[in-house]
Amino acid sequence: MVTLGRYFIFLGTLFRDRERTSVYLRLILDECVSIGVNSVFIVAIVSSFIGAVTCVQTAYNLDNPFVPRNIIAFIVRDSTILEFAPTISSIVLAGKVGSSIAGQLGTMRVTEQIDALEVMGINSSSYLVLPKVLGAMLMFPLLTMMAAFLGILGGYLAGVLVGVISHEDFISGLRFDYNPFGIKFALIKTEVFAFLIATISAYQGFNVSGGALEVGNASTNAVTASCISIIVADFVLTQLLLA
Amino acid sequence: MIEIKNIQKKFGDRQVLAGIDGCFQPGETSLIIGGSGTGKSVLLKCMIGLVQPDLGEVLYDGRNFLTADDDTRKAIRREMGVLFQGSALFDSKSVFDNVRFPLDMLTTMTEEEKVERAHASLQRVGLENAEQRMPSEISGGMKKRVGIARAIVMNPKYLFCDEPNSGLDPLTSIKIDQLIKEITDEYKITTVVITHDMNSMMEIGEKIMFLYEGNKLWEGNSDTLAHSDVDRLNEFIYANKLLREMEGK
Ligand SMILES: Nc1ncnc2c1ncn2[C@@H]1O[C@H](COP(=O)(O)OP(=O)(O)OP(=O)(O)O)[C@@H](O)[C@H]1O
Ligand SMILES: [Mg+2]
Repeated sequence: MVTLGRYFIFLGTLFRDRERTSVYLRLILDECVSIGVNSVFIVAIVSSFIGAVTCVQTAYNLDNPFVPRNIIAFIVRDSTILEFAPTISSIVLAGKVGSSIAGQLGTMRVTEQIDALEVMGINSSSYLVLPKVLGAMLMFPLLTMMAAFLGILGGYLAGVLVGVISHEDFISGLRFDYNPFGIKFALIKTEVFAFLIATISAYQGFNVSGGALEVGNASTNAVTASCISIIVADFVLTQLLLA
Repeated sequence: MIEIKNIQKKFGDRQVLAGIDGCFQPGETSLIIGGSGTGKSVLLKCMIGLVQPDLGEVLYDGRNFLTADDDTRKAIRREMGVLFQGSALFDSKSVFDNVRFPLDMLTTMTEEEKVERAHASLQRVGLENAEQRMPSEISGGMKKRVGIARAIVMNPKYLFCDEPNSGLDPLTSIKIDQLIKEITDEYKITTVVITHDMNSMMEIGEKIMFLYEGNKLWEGNSDTLAHSDVDRLNEFIYANKLLREMEGK
């Protein structure tokens, strides 16, 4: 409870007393590169394989002549867009981006780099954390869209190659009962997850005291706390937006 | 001039600072000495606003730093340079970018002015040849010098150094001390240095303050240091065997 309160106070400091906008633009760009570009590979691998597995798995479970085959593609599409692309990618990113944010800020804390910023009269939390939050919120949706695309592609390739579904069935399943709100829903979720991962990890890193050991612990805690918050937020958002 | 009045700080039940007074003059290198854990760093952090003391005042040329409004605090912060115990260089920036960082963030200078100022500062500490290196690629002594260059690049009125020569060999350590003293004289800076180092005390101690368990037990200079009647201070300085022998104690 106390931690939660401190976390909200920390969020408040992000937006107080900022530096010039031009300063932020460069920093945000740097963060976009380090968050976005460096995560493309892992997100691509994970999402295409999950798409593939979902397709094959669903096909085996629906091994009933009365169920039309194109339902498989329909299920792959919806589960990928609604759940796997935003949530699984975010969990993967919590591991990659969250731990790096916490590690970086934690190191800056224990080596007094954050103190050095403070004595110059710079609001260290907004200078260091805000660009990361914005960078994550800019890049995560792109990564999610890529994950959705690759997930469905992975499902298609696996389905057709293994022979559980034909090309025509897959395409017709993809088109079946399509609701564009699904994409919007995925992007809203992703933005929330991006914000949670970046701020929770930054909070963990910022509040390290001690040395290298504590920085390591902060990284681990950042990933754990981010993952839990993603799952809770996923449940809440699904209730709010889809129910 | 910096004045501190009755600085007190507790962490939990532990009284780390029990009411410290003092006065630091421009153009003078003042030292704070004392054993490990006696509150030297905490005192320095109280002075520069990284730790909020429970009680007491810190006056920068008459301006009360702790109760000042945000603008005054910011103005005072721009007048101070700090060398941290571990140098605290930004490890994602080159040596040169570290030094020009305060200029980028806090001034409206043109590009040429900034480059010139950063150059001059690095030249002052003898590092004009290492400008493009990263902090991870330079030695501890060089890091301290970069730290000093960054601390003086804004032409500070107040300079604070937390153990500028810990972890350095005696020769480098003396060089760093000399550098701090020269800069202090040259620009009439009010300089406060924390040190454990006996050499520094004798070489640059124009004014020395001895802390023991959160109290100021003694104040003087390098000439009177060895002849005090404060037992704790004598224990502290004669812990060094060689000195003990030299003084015949
Ligand atoms: N943030 C903090 N929270 C709790 N206790 C602290 C904190 N900072 C310092 N202390 C305690 O205050 C005491 C004084 O610490 P300080 O860092 O000022 O010592 P020092 O005189 O600088 O020692 P050294 O010469 O080893 O650097 C220590 O016992 C330390 O444990
Ligand atoms: Mg100390």
